[in-house]
Amino acid sequence: MKLFPLAAALLFALPSQAQQVALIKLPELQKRLSRKTDTTYVINFWATWCAPCVKELPYFEQVNTTYAKQKVKVLLISMDYASQLDKKVKPFVLKRGLKSEVVLLNEADPNTWMDKVDGKWSGALPFTLMINNSKQKRVAYEKEFTQPELTAALQKFLQ
Amino acid sequence: MKKLVPFLAACLLLVLSSYVRPMAGYQVGDKAADFKLKNVDGKLVSLADNKTAKGYIVVFTCNTCPYAQAYESRIIALHQKYASQGYPVVAINPNDPALAPGDSFAAMQAQAKSKKYPFPYLLDETQQVAQSYGATRTPHLYVLTRQGTGNEFKVSYIGAIDDNSEDATRVKTKYVENAMTEILAGKPATTGSTKAIGCSIKWRKA
Repeated sequence: MKLFPLAAALLFALPSQAQQVALIKLPELQKRLSRKTDTTYVINFWATWCAPCVKELPYFEQVNTTYAKQKVKVLLISMDYASQLDKKVKPFVLKRGLKSEVVLLNEADPNTWMDKVDGKWSGALPFTLMINNSKQKRVAYEKEFTQPELTAALQKFLQ
Repeated sequence: MKKLVPFLAACLLLVLSSYVRPMAGYQVGDKAADFKLKNVDGKLVSLADNKTAKGYIVVFTCNTCPYAQAYESRIIALHQKYASQGYPVVAINPNDPALAPGDSFAAMQAQAKSKKYPFPYLLDETQQVAQSYGATRTPHLYVLTRQGTGNEFKVSYIGAIDDNSEDATRVKTKYVENAMTEILAGKPATTGSTKAIGCSIKWRKA
């Protein structure tokens, strides 16, 4: 009988944990992108309304498992409107069971911040950055990945 | 031997242009190539057709992208404001309908009809126009200005319509309108290019 509260706690705790999607502003994002660490960050800009983004999300999720023993971290940055956080983004993250950290970049005018993220970004989604600050390596892809393409790109980056 | 040099130079140019052009696209100040694309009424449309136009507001857009939908009425408003001042809107759909069935020619016709588009809505079937312009997303907008009285057009503005895609009532900076005010006064746009989030153009799978 003592199991019940525990089970109930787990039942309620799991979804709420998976639903945590922080709203961040540009300075916070910049801080994270410039962290002095030898962890390789794979940062994918996506949106729930972007069909090619949604299609490639599982490949990014797969990176967590494939590189579980290496210093690789996936960060999914939602470009959905902040007003859609509770209505669309959190339910989406929950439904898909996304394991990667998800944040929503809460900035209205891309013209004021996009160049500060990457000058090569024209504004099309999906957009992906691979960054390793201690190796001073950084690549940007404004394209939709297939799984083999993502694996190849990351392999090359980690070499 | 003398003939070989221009030949090799031409080869080199061809190689370079085939690498550089399609990806880079236009910058402000570049000459924009004319095109001949099929409108929703079945007729072919070129920039050269309208002899009185001082230029065009060319917008790559589509039926299916939420951002394009969010901007649809603002694109119609741009036409209503600037066509009479010599800059009509020309809308171009570059998406491959095989990847985005909602962007088929029939769906474009239905969209133009239901929203009463006052401008041409053209199908970029080969996607060559979007590639040569360097369009990457929808909506992606180019203001072109006619040079003299001929059929040469120069790119005067590239980018976003305004600074708030979600809500037209919360817009603080109207990028295109600001640029148009300067362009209509014969001046270069202070902010010639801007960035904006949009849906990737659905490029045909090679």
